[in-house]
Amino acid sequence: MANLVQELLEGSRRALARLLTYVENDNAQEELAQLYAHTGKAWVVGVTGAPGSGKSSLVNALAKAYRALNQEVAIIAVDPTSPFSGGAILGDRIRMRDLSGDTGIFIRSMATRGNLGGLATHTRDFVRVMDAAGFDIIIVETVGAGQSEVDIVRTAHTTVVVEAPGMGDDIQAIKAGILEIADVLVVNKSDRPGASQTLRALRTMLELGHPASKEQLIAHHGQVMRMQVNIAPSGQLPLWLPPVVQTVATDSKGIDELIEAIAAHRQHLQENDKSGIIESRAIELELYERLRETLFAAWQARTDTTQLQTLIERVRRRQLDPQSAVAQLLTSNGQS
Amino acid sequence: MRAPRVLIAKPGLDGHDRGAKVIARALRDAGMEVIYTGLRQTPEMIAEAALQEDVDVVGLSILSGAHLTLVPRIREVMDAAELADVPIIVGGIIPEEDKDALMQAGVAGVFGPGTSTEEIRDFIHALVAARTSNG
Ligand SMILES: Nc1nc2c(ncn2[C@@H]2O[C@H](COP(=O)(O)OP(=O)(O)OP(=O)(O)O)[C@@H](O)[C@H]2O)c(=O)[nH]1
Ligand SMILES: [Mg+2]
Repeated sequence: MANLVQELLEGSRRALARLLTYVENDNAQEELAQLYAHTGKAWVVGVTGAPGSGKSSLVNALAKAYRALNQEVAIIAVDPTSPFSGGAILGDRIRMRDLSGDTGIFIRSMATRGNLGGLATHTRDFVRVMDAAGFDIIIVETVGAGQSEVDIVRTAHTTVVVEAPGMGDDIQAIKAGILEIADVLVVNKSDRPGASQTLRALRTMLELGHPASKEQLIAHHGQVMRMQVNIAPSGQLPLWLPPVVQTVATDSKGIDELIEAIAAHRQHLQENDKSGIIESRAIELELYERLRETLFAAWQARTDTTQLQTLIERVRRRQLDPQSAVAQLLTSNGQS
Repeated sequence: MRAPRVLIAKPGLDGHDRGAKVIARALRDAGMEVIYTGLRQTPEMIAEAALQEDVDVVGLSILSGAHLTLVPRIREVMDAAELADVPIIVGGIIPEEDKDALMQAGVAGVFGPGTSTEEIRDFIHALVAARTSNG
């Protein structure tokens, strides 16, 4: 297993694929530690949006365009695990057949596996393994359906939110609350009717909801408000207004503009965040997450399930409240 | 035990993937992670996807009648891509008399029309169990 790291660094795709499997099965801690020093070079682009909005087609077109710029591209395509069976159908490769036969491309599908906490961690580790393998651009596709997906996308440097016309009256991203995380907005399927309405609606929402305008509002009312950690901290970094790009992914239209928008965002961060504020914050969040996962796993490993069952029963009978039960679970074990 | 990862691929030129989709869904419902790549996959595309996805098994759905040329070729390309240890199973319209030739070409299992999805599921579970116990 030790030479897997060596093989990966020498360019073996088989070693890369194997390591990703180990990561997914929480069995690659040593390898990840060895690889970490080789990471930090790739630019990570998150692509999210409603089901069927054309994310995979867009990733396909983007990857082709990056290849034309001589960039090596790795893709992580995340699809949901069925909550009923624990299985999944991972079908994003269907839209990426143009990318086959090119050794400068590597595509890996990933199921969410129902472990929401672990998913963001696995995605980060996937990104690092691919980064260490030498890819210049890493694209992460996730369905923008909720907070867990938002967390995954937050592992990206540049987040692209994809909208498409005719997917209901409201803009899907607003419902899911993912507009806030967009660094670049795409109206895909611009060849379809309703594209201009979608574009207008997005622009309006941006003007209303963007931190830049929020900031003005806050200042206006003289209130102090703490910004969410995921948003570039105002006052420290100049604000970035997400550009809106129109595309037809299946026709590679608007892709050059999208690449330019991503490059502009990258440049914005690199010029304005020389001291690495954003990365430091991301690392802080990651450490908290890993700490939570590790502490919980350690607790779970040494916990007596019969005691847990007894406490559950007592809480159900209203003999004990849940927080007191937790206090008991923490004090009674590990010390005996 | 982790969910088996299975690539379901449709090689050859026929344009029907209903059967492949039925299998994909059945395997998902049996708790497997199914990578589905769509129609008209070349042997090279199949080997590439199997390698990148690090699958435990490759399942081929072939209705065109070209299985006797396609399957050995896919096995060959996979072997050359260092995937000799990844078993191939074949389903679709495969006449009984072609089974032996396919098995000789290095296929782990052949499932003709009328095979139940449960049978395929159990076969894959057994394959994966054998693989993991071999290291
Ligand atoms: N007309 C048109 N159709 C498109 C465009 N982009 C994608 N499509 C089609 O939209 C459908 C969905 O595309 P995908 O790329 O699979 O969308 P997705 O967002 O990845 O879908 P999920 O991963 O299932 O959420 C396919 O039939 C595509 O061919 C576009 O720009 N214009
Ligand atoms: Mg997709």
